[in-house]
Amino acid sequence: MTSFDVMFYVIGALTLLSAVIMVFSKNIILNAIGLLFTFFGVAGIYVMLGADFIAATQLLIYVGGILVLLLFGVMLSQRITGLEMRTGTLQVVPAAIVCVGIAAILLRIILTTPWPQAKVAAPAPTTSKIGELFMTTYLIPFEIVSVLLLAALVGAAFLGRRDAR
Amino acid sequence: MRELIDTLHAQTFLGALSPTLLTLIFMVLGGLVIALVLALNALVAVYAERKVSAWMQDRVGPMEVGPRGVLQTLADTVKLLIKEDIIPAAANQRLHWFAPFLVFIAPCAAFAALPYARNFVFANFNIGVFYVVSITSLSVIGIMLAGWASNNKWALLGGMRAAAQIVSYEIPAGLAILVVVMQVGSLNFTDICVAQEGGIHRWLIWRYFPFNFIAFGIFYIATLAECNRTPFDLPEAESELVGGFHTEYSGFKWAIFMLSEYAEMLVVALVGASLFLGGWSSPIPGFLNTGAWGVFWLVLKGVFLIFTHMWLRWTLPRFRVDQLMHLSWKVLTPFSFACLLGVGVWILI
Repeated sequence: MTSFDVMFYVIGALTLLSAVIMVFSKNIILNAIGLLFTFFGVAGIYVMLGADFIAATQLLIYVGGILVLLLFGVMLSQRITGLEMRTGTLQVVPAAIVCVGIAAILLRIILTTPWPQAKVAAPAPTTSKIGELFMTTYLIPFEIVSVLLLAALVGAAFLGRRDAR
Repeated sequence: MRELIDTLHAQTFLGALSPTLLTLIFMVLGGLVIALVLALNALVAVYAERKVSAWMQDRVGPMEVGPRGVLQTLADTVKLLIKEDIIPAAANQRLHWFAPFLVFIAPCAAFAALPYARNFVFANFNIGVFYVVSITSLSVIGIMLAGWASNNKWALLGGMRAAAQIVSYEIPAGLAILVVVMQVGSLNFTDICVAQEGGIHRWLIWRYFPFNFIAFGIFYIATLAECNRTPFDLPEAESELVGGFHTEYSGFKWAIFMLSEYAEMLVVALVGASLFLGGWSSPIPGFLNTGAWGVFWLVLKGVFLIFTHMWLRWTLPRFRVDQLMHLSWKVLTPFSFACLLGVGVWILI
């Protein structure tokens, strides 16, 4: 077993374990901590796959942005207003059907995809290629997404200001 | 991570050992070295801060322990380590314990990508700048958890303020960094430092005048805010929030918060020196510009920036929360966009 394999199993175990904690814990803050380590583990797996830019983006967007906002919301509602936020189990049967369906699709994809087995010696830098593709092949989707985000930003600012006026 | 292992493997005489073992040994050793350097940094910086503040206020500062008080912080460290670790009964015990370490991980991890001299960098990866920006955003989660887990209104308010402040100031800081990245055409710290070699006039701060100069100012102010230093120390404003997010911390865990604050100052000072002030290269062409002297120049520039941090802390009063947000969103962010646009147009024409 090489150090690469050791790292892969350590990171994989971390991701799975924290994902399990995130799903099964009843305490919403513990869920968030589980999510933090899941994001970290997934970023680690991205690094092992040679997708360095995606890994750093994962940390910046999900850990530095989304998780902070999530914690912000939970903390504001739970301790300040005294509202107990607990996650419960509702709609067991539909949830189970959806889960089994998704699991079946994922398993089928995993089993039928021909995974490349050869180990690449040193993955090439991806950042400039991603940038080039954004500006050429995927220019229109990229611009549409940025306009969508701008619209969401304007909408959020409008909703945030509505009470003040 | 893999790049770091590869670099160590290829460039040292230990290639004969088992790769797995070697990797693990180097990971532990690298972590220990960084932790030791950060502890030393906090020891020196706390002493320097007390002496600088004393000098600004016409006092003498610590004078009793050792000659001119140089051993004062060592004595304080021993005191902090043997102090009782108080955890409030209503606090969330596990998170209260865990949060300080999460705060400390972020600056520690950032040190892996910083270039100390021409061929001296732990992990010379091609997205080093981006990695440092993203990994340092981790500390805000630790601060929020510390504030929440303490189950104390002051601590919670401090944690909230920290989150809002750090998330807001990440944007102008990131845009100012982007100005540099755009003109060098690389996210690699080594490439950026190489582009600035050859004396003080080659430093990026002087190029595309005045855009880079303004970008450096924005970067400096925004990173000062991300370190929670005065005039941006609202998360721990002692006259409003007792101690902010670390109100309920004592002893060793409180020491970890202090350690992280000074570590973070060192990180932003070294990043600023690498991006705008020439990194490891000497200000005078050909003067002490070989090998390990790079570390000397980088540390000198970093220490100067930290000194200005302290200078500002003991000179300026604290911002109000609305002024803080105003500065970030309505002043620094538009100006950093203008710098980005200005340099972009300049490069094109």
